[in-house]
Amino acid sequence: MDVIQTHLLTKSYRDEEAVRALNLSVGQGRITAFIGRNGAGKSTTIKMLLGMVRPTAGEATILGTPISDAERSCEVRRRVAYVAENKPLYRYMTVGQMIRFARSFYGDWSAEIARKLLREYQLPADRKIKSLSKGMRTKLALLLALARRPELLILDEPSEGLDPVGIEHLLQTLVARSAEGVSVFFSSHQIAEVERIADHVCILDKGCLLVDTSLDDLRQSYRRIDLAFSSAPIGEEFRIAGVERIQTDGRHLRVFASRNADIVVERARDLNAISVEVSPVGLRDVFLETVKEN
Amino acid sequence: MFFTLTPTSGQPLYLQLMQQIRHAAETGALEDGDQLPGIRTLAEELVVSPNTVVKAYSELEHEGLLELRQGSGAFVTLKRRTRSRTDSVQAARRRIRDLVERLREDGLQDEEIRRAFEAELLYAAEAAKR
Repeated sequence: MDVIQTHLLTKSYRDEEAVRALNLSVGQGRITAFIGRNGAGKSTTIKMLLGMVRPTAGEATILGTPISDAERSCEVRRRVAYVAENKPLYRYMTVGQMIRFARSFYGDWSAEIARKLLREYQLPADRKIKSLSKGMRTKLALLLALARRPELLILDEPSEGLDPVGIEHLLQTLVARSAEGVSVFFSSHQIAEVERIADHVCILDKGCLLVDTSLDDLRQSYRRIDLAFSSAPIGEEFRIAGVERIQTDGRHLRVFASRNADIVVERARDLNAISVEVSPVGLRDVFLETVKEN
Repeated sequence: MFFTLTPTSGQPLYLQLMQQIRHAAETGALEDGDQLPGIRTLAEELVVSPNTVVKAYSELEHEGLLELRQGSGAFVTLKRRTRSRTDSVQAARRRIRDLVERLREDGLQDEEIRRAFEAELLYAAEAAKR
């Protein structure tokens, strides 16, 4: 089952399309990452899913409920927790006051989880929010989201501004919640983090979904193949399904393939390549290559 | 027991984990009846998706190398098959070591050897399909 599904979801602002005909599905019980450049449409998509921005066209469901269904959307939002990019919290409240304030809105609130995370995150209950560091504010926002015991946790750039220790802690928290059955959907610029914890990755660019794949498939299928021939090769010979990019430089040819690397290698041998070198491609390269091609 | 997963190695993390557990069993670092950490514990320790651990454990259970007991974790079950496999893996290791040694003597760099292996493995996989 999918916790999020969108069909041709589109958002236009005047003459600009922020999100174009997006078909996205986020699986239950998985950690799904949403990556893209600034302004790629990630936050707009998340806000549409949460009913904070109205789509121009298309539709979407979140936990099985259409986002256009205003009546049920309230109930759904109780089962979904959202940690916004700018972590809007009341600056004049103390940590303890903020927790008590948030608690009053949610019937499912778990005081036990809140207490446990308060301890784990070493958050000072009597400190004013305005005096908290960015990392502590993120932890507080996470605590408020997790104490609600959501089925789906949506985070927009959660690691923004955190130091390496804070990031490690955040990733551990996400992994632990996932182990408890919470579905996680988060946007990030930090490709190395995504590569570590995500089951599935979606790459968004200029409002379009360019890559939608599991990290297992990505690791298994994406390859860079460097070939050398005794005379200048014809790049077009390698234009087969799965080949995303072909670069030639004299007698050398570089192929970037999202699948069928084995067929590329075989063709290279048929064409008497002098040298065939295959190397794996990390998510960073996949991201840069796809965005460049777009 | 310590594991190290490399996110950029071009191999799914669950496969890396499976191989490290299998390797530990084949070398004797893990013995019959040894207990592995629970899914959540190992996921948090390695900071990977719990699904990675679930997949590795259940594939290894399928192979007969692990026994998963509800609520109490994963236990190593070494059968005779694993032991005879230990011998053939060790024999293969020796042959590869000899080959790598000869290639180095011929002046090849480790990185060149690695890429050549990768290309051959891909080619062999394609040939086997036909």
